[in-house]
Amino acid sequence: MIKADTQKTYRLHLMVCAGTGCVSNHSYEIKSALEREVRKHGLENEVTIVPTGCNGFCERGPILVVQPGNIFYQQLAVKDIPHLVEEHLLKGRPVTKLMYVPPEQKTPVPVLSDIPFFKKQVLIALRNRGLINPEDIEEYIARDGYKAQAKALSSLTPEAIIAEVTRSGLRGRGGAGFPTGLKWQLVRSAQSANGGAKYIVCNGDEGDPGAFMDRSILEADPHSVIEGMVIGAKAIGATAGFVYVRNEYPLAVERVETALKQAREYGLLGADILGSGFDFDIQIKRGAGAFVCGEETALIASIEGRLGEPRPRPPYPAQSGLWGRPTCINNVETWANVPVIIDRGGAWFSGIGTKTSKGTKVFSLVGKINNTGLVEVPMGITLREIIYDIGGGIPGGKAFKAVQTGGPSGGCITKAQIDLPIDYESLTAAGSMMGSGGMVIMDEDTCMVDVARYFLSFTQDESCGKCTPCREGTKAMLDILTRITEGKGTPDDIVLLGDLARVIKDTALCGLGKTAPNPVLTTLDYFRDEYEAHIRHRRCPAHVCRQLNVYKIDAHNCLEKGKGCDVCRRNCSSDAISGSKGQAHAVLQDKCTKCGVCHDVCVFGAVRVE
Amino acid sequence: MPKLTIEELAKTRDRARTKLVMREGGEFRAKVNVHMGTCGIAAGARAVMTALIDEVERRSLRDVLLTSSGCAGLCSQEPMMTVEISGQAPVKYVNLNAQKAREILENHVLGGAIVRGYALGIGSEKTDV
Repeated sequence: MIKADTQKTYRLHLMVCAGTGCVSNHSYEIKSALEREVRKHGLENEVTIVPTGCNGFCERGPILVVQPGNIFYQQLAVKDIPHLVEEHLLKGRPVTKLMYVPPEQKTPVPVLSDIPFFKKQVLIALRNRGLINPEDIEEYIARDGYKAQAKALSSLTPEAIIAEVTRSGLRGRGGAGFPTGLKWQLVRSAQSANGGAKYIVCNGDEGDPGAFMDRSILEADPHSVIEGMVIGAKAIGATAGFVYVRNEYPLAVERVETALKQAREYGLLGADILGSGFDFDIQIKRGAGAFVCGEETALIASIEGRLGEPRPRPPYPAQSGLWGRPTCINNVETWANVPVIIDRGGAWFSGIGTKTSKGTKVFSLVGKINNTGLVEVPMGITLREIIYDIGGGIPGGKAFKAVQTGGPSGGCITKAQIDLPIDYESLTAAGSMMGSGGMVIMDEDTCMVDVARYFLSFTQDESCGKCTPCREGTKAMLDILTRITEGKGTPDDIVLLGDLARVIKDTALCGLGKTAPNPVLTTLDYFRDEYEAHIRHRRCPAHVCRQLNVYKIDAHNCLEKGKGCDVCRRNCSSDAISGSKGQAHAVLQDKCTKCGVCHDVCVFGAVRVE
Repeated sequence: MPKLTIEELAKTRDRARTKLVMREGGEFRAKVNVHMGTCGIAAGARAVMTALIDEVERRSLRDVLLTSSGCAGLCSQEPMMTVEISGQAPVKYVNLNAQKAREILENHVLGGAIVRGYALGIGSEKTDV
């Protein structure tokens, strides 16, 4: 193993992405291959190999960036490495064929900062992305890490810290967008019974389908979260903190544990931090992966060792949180922003973004998009810029249909609003929400009724069952949606869905239930015609709901192009295709179970879906 | 690891920074390219490279990019290196050793004066890094 030595200067730094996405794409094997080849050429004193957190461009993993020079290599395989090391590291000739070629272009782009995906991004929460080894505290310190903490502990009063955060305009990045400075002020001024203890919590219970912002921050830069929490602790007067993270994020748990250990060793956490007399320590609480535990009162119950169920608010955690003491709960990304605000000043931070939403936001881009990955963009950027400039557009030249923001609690935003500048208010006005930052892109082949059904099945499954509107109401809505996608819907169903949605929104106990109907409400608003096509015409316009599809074989195509190849008949499990080899085939509609296999196996395009 | 004070944190930061500056990109004052083909290495290019890395480290240079390339075609005059100062034509040096490389770094790369005694000529093919 070639270990980076802090004292030593290397000619080249090979930054190997070791985020979860690249690790599952075998980036550790790439790293071993690099080490082997570097040794083989005797370059181990000139070249250092550094594992980093998520680079963001997950679509293109495994990723290697060579510094200095910022040369971006992508989709590497172990067999590419001997050539890469010999050509680039030994002979100084970057290897063009391993570089990124943007969609619909022919020329590779060698330099990371020239790649459209990275160009429009502004990094604050992800400021150390790809630049440091998350398991080496000195690399974090080198990039001004713990500088803000030193400043906060040595020269700022709690009031001054809160004032700076308030001035920055930072709002909660977990979804609701509550002003962080105000929350800290409320916790600071709350009176604690039982000896005055107060607590800090980092909410890392990221559960939206397709969202991985918090996971990535915890994996890539755990110290930024720890530093934010220490600053917050000084501001509100807390002595203990908890990082609540899902057990299904093993790499995040491991890296946070390593970071906590190193921070304690360096005197940046624990008793008498940096000799300032301030005591604060953090422990990890692993969650079992229940979506509802992202809700703050359920999260508190879970940390206390009780069943992860929410309770009515007020009292808010700021008054009565963990073990009944005032507790400040902020999301991972919020904490990661804090050190930069204290270091560079609230005024600097508030210079970025829109009138009501300051700074940047991290989004995970998933679904029908060319550049799947993690992006950090200034507030006020338009959806069009995110989807087309950064995201590289929709694969296969398909048309954009909608984007789901805010996960299962959010709603969809359509083509008509694609020039919407993104901030907390504009997304809410459009019927969706900022949420924690998941963006699921959908193209013309997506059925919006099916999407609503999918998200509702998620929230229904995750509903803790404590309150009736959420437990029974989401079940009733899901039954209706399932009925519609199976072609058994009635015109009354649309009205009933709307009524149920409004009642659940008004009466559910916690955020999970209150927001669960959002995907249904927004799709009803924007794609009512699709619901009606399912109900009135028993058709799914996108051909996704298979029970509504009619499969037909074009006899001419079947015979002319496929010579009656018989593959469809042999694959049909319900004997619903007539004909034999050399003849034109046909679907026997009364026997067809609409499984769609004939359509999938026909390479001649003879099976049509109507 | 003894626990840090605020002053020691600042010292740790300065020490750790020298390693990281190479990763952060930015403008380079100069690019020094050591030709490390089989011929170059056989003639002693490794000693030239090691000397340059040592100088860059000793002087904490943050804007000099050291790179290597293959055979430059003049195998008889290896070890060779090319110095490219931004905005100027590249200069090729021949028949080098560690000491000559250190002189070139000091006089040409940092001082701006071409070391004529070791230079082959001005102008060269460019490499992209």
